[in-house]
Amino acid sequence: MKSLAELEAIRQKTLSKVGTRVEGEDEIRVVVGMATCGIAAGARPVMLKFVEEAQKRNLKNVTVSQTGCIGMCRLEPMLDVIVPGKEKVTYVKVNPDMVSRIVAEHIVNGHVVTEYTIGAAEGK
Amino acid sequence: MRDLSMHVLDIVQNSIKANAELITVSFTRDENDLLTFTVEDNGCGMSAEFLAKVTDPFTTTRTTRKVGLGIPMLKQSSEMAGGSFSLTSEVGVGTTISASFDLKNIDCIPMGEICDSLLTLVILNPDRPEFVFKAKSPKSEAYFDTRMVREAVGGISLNESDISAWMKESIDEEFKPILEV
Repeated sequence: MKSLAELEAIRQKTLSKVGTRVEGEDEIRVVVGMATCGIAAGARPVMLKFVEEAQKRNLKNVTVSQTGCIGMCRLEPMLDVIVPGKEKVTYVKVNPDMVSRIVAEHIVNGHVVTEYTIGAAEGK
Repeated sequence: MRDLSMHVLDIVQNSIKANAELITVSFTRDENDLLTFTVEDNGCGMSAEFLAKVTDPFTTTRTTRKVGLGIPMLKQSSEMAGGSFSLTSEVGVGTTISASFDLKNIDCIPMGEICDSLLTLVILNPDRPEFVFKAKSPKSEAYFDTRMVREAVGGISLNESDISAWMKESIDEEFKPILEV
């Protein structure tokens, strides 16, 4: 393992930021489908891209978590963006390039990327 | 599954579902390029009866449908390339699953980004279970333990961005030379 001493510095830095973190009601949740079907379709790079974007933009109110298979394996990788007080939005057949746009438009600016949603995919 | 890294991510989900507290994922690469991938957990385990039929794709514990492909596909991936597969389990003690891959065999699946899979496991399960990752080749060894990271950061979640960045570096630095060549 890398030197654990570096973690002490990270700990101090993180503790000073934790106070400014938005907790509870402003928390935006991103839930990625990570069952066998999701993983095989490429959920991992999508999930890591979200983590990377959140880090790059210093978004403190976004948590990324996983869920299992919800039964629409042909639309994987799928993910939900849950903004408090708004209806849940489900994006389908997501790839890492689409993640940048979802973060910029939906998470940061509050505009749903309609063309990537399950409604648009199934309406065709 | 297109590569081994996806199997890694997928098979460990079984241990998480089995409520394991500690999951050890190890890779041993010998001088003949035979890679053995093992996941050992202290989860709920399986009965002998269930164990006997778990490599059947029509066996699953979930209730939403009747197929479970994770284990059968891992078995297939290893056996089609001249590797071997084993699974032992005891109720209340835990499960050990192991699959080997002859990396020189033309039918062997690529290894893929195993380091990304390991990191993903920790980021998506920041509170529990604890993970130990090990890799060993004739030339070097790699080790990663979430319990040590947790102790060093004292109560901060492991999916905090600066900590996940540190973990990524730590895993990449040691495991990549063994697993992604």
